[in-house]
Amino acid sequence: MAAPTTIDLAAALITAPVPIGHWLAILPVAHCITLGAVLLMLRNHPRLQAWLAISGLAALALIDAALLAKVSAEGPLTMVMGRWLPPFGIAFTVDLLGALMAFTAALVALAAGIYALADIGESGRRYGFFPLLMLLMAGVTGAFLTGDVFNLYVWFEVLLISSFGLIILGSERQQIDGALKYAVLNLIATTLFLIGVGILYAAFGTLNMADIAARAKDLRGTAPLMTLASLFLLAFGMKAAAFPVNFWLPAAYHTPRIVVSALFAGLLTKVGIYALIRVMVMLLPVERQELSLVIALAAAATIVVGALGALAENDIRRLFGYVVISGIGNMLAGVALGGPSGGPSGDIDGVSGAVFYALHSMVLMTALYLAAGEIARRGGGLLLSELGGLYRQSGAFAALSLVLFLAACGLPPFSGFWPKVILVKAALDLGDWWLAAAILVGGFLTTIAFGRLFLLAYWRPASVELMPFEARWRAGLPLAALTALTIGFGILPEQLLALSRSAAAGLADPAAYLHSVFPGGAR
Amino acid sequence: MEPLLAILVGLFFAAAIYLMLSKFTIRIMLGIAILGNAVNLLLFTGGRLTRGVPPIIPAGLETLPAGTANPLPQALILTAIVISFSFLAFLLVLTYRAYQDLGTDDTSEMRAAEPDDRPLPPLGY
Repeated sequence: MAAPTTIDLAAALITAPVPIGHWLAILPVAHCITLGAVLLMLRNHPRLQAWLAISGLAALALIDAALLAKVSAEGPLTMVMGRWLPPFGIAFTVDLLGALMAFTAALVALAAGIYALADIGESGRRYGFFPLLMLLMAGVTGAFLTGDVFNLYVWFEVLLISSFGLIILGSERQQIDGALKYAVLNLIATTLFLIGVGILYAAFGTLNMADIAARAKDLRGTAPLMTLASLFLLAFGMKAAAFPVNFWLPAAYHTPRIVVSALFAGLLTKVGIYALIRVMVMLLPVERQELSLVIALAAAATIVVGALGALAENDIRRLFGYVVISGIGNMLAGVALGGPSGGPSGDIDGVSGAVFYALHSMVLMTALYLAAGEIARRGGGLLLSELGGLYRQSGAFAALSLVLFLAACGLPPFSGFWPKVILVKAALDLGDWWLAAAILVGGFLTTIAFGRLFLLAYWRPASVELMPFEARWRAGLPLAALTALTIGFGILPEQLLALSRSAAAGLADPAAYLHSVFPGGAR
Repeated sequence: MEPLLAILVGLFFAAAIYLMLSKFTIRIMLGIAILGNAVNLLLFTGGRLTRGVPPIIPAGLETLPAGTANPLPQALILTAIVISFSFLAFLLVLTYRAYQDLGTDDTSEMRAAEPDDRPLPPLGY
């Protein structure tokens, strides 16, 4: 090999200083890790720790809001670590999808952090609830913002190890049981993802997402891209709890503290869906097209199985677990339907429906689990067979719960309605009437499940007289704020609709993403 | 060299899957340990496999000499080893704790979170 004697290192190294604005891409993650470490040091000061954590989460929401504003105004943003330019250096590339998900995640975490003041006692704080929460957010945010596939794997592991710590907080028998199943199955899923990463590197020789997206068309036909796509589908499907690999979720999500369940339901499965959208829609679009029937079948099965499971449950938290699964099915349906359908309403497409549904579901599922915590405190339990009289006790709480229930069923005028409209429309445009039917039947069955929940827990007279309940702002404020978001998205969906549409458009045509990573043009 | 390692990786995967299908948690853990090693070897095989040429740029040259292995997969493996090792340690402690608390290591009897006799929701009131 005739090695060149001189190499232009300027082509591979960053020589100009990074613009101040680009630091926003890495700031949320750095903020979370630093604050997590500081909170760990403050574990002997539970009060101080809690307030620092909550102001830190509020700051995280502000940073993510600034990032979202910048990305939606100026297009994707790239920051590279270690002075090496991509594809050698690890890049954080933030596009509209990542920024939207990260901002919503920060809002959800802030609400959960405030609720934790009421839900997590001093021993839970000493065992590290708040540091683990910050590290979980570091993992979640890192996964949303990174532009490198191996880095995505690392953030998955960061959020996984923090979630292990959170799920066993309290060390009750059933928590240990649930945690074991959760831990083993999620670890297997990330290992499957790592297998995919290994084969991906062997085939492409690069791990940078933009580089992969640019090169996939040259390698099609020579590299095992279908194998890769199937592996990623299985791994992320397992993370997101899609149909054949979903049974770890109802086995585990009802065991931890309420606020931990709420965080998990709001964030963790959506990270799986995000990764699925990123890899299948942006990196391997042709393979997604070929697999779309498989994804659609899995989506329809997930929707129906989730809704039927919700119908058969007596424990409210397990019922909500099945509702989470059913929602995942709707997002998968969006991934199966894919980009612009070319139908009469050209810009309505499955991916934007999936993005909208994911954002709605992050807020709603967290709110539902927080409401379950309030049901348990007011009614003294979570079993439908024993609850009753909640409406008589507090009409305001009943109204708030009803809003959340209707949003989860996808009834107007709440936030669940619009993504379902988009998905059904996209499915009908493509002629997948059975997928549209599955979405509608799933919504119908969920409505029955929630109707019965409301009937039994709220309208039925209580078997024992319920004590008048003193509402606490620490629990009521986050619940009310998340409910207000749900109503807001339902009544004024245009903004979010436009944002998720342009996020989906950015995935279908990643030219701006590529340009942000390789300003000089892809290699 | 690659075919040999490919066969080894295949054997590792087969053993790992066999063990993970077991009902006993300790066997599942052993399966996970083997699975982690199988994936590390897979990553390793994904880079070039050559003997005795360290991926170090000699003085006077500016690129690697021909025939060196790709060092990046080895960096990836290093990360993956650290992660899978720490996870395995956590899982082993969790398994032991589960064995203490639940009194069994048979997954079909681990039903503390999902008891067998859960009632159906009431049909009316």
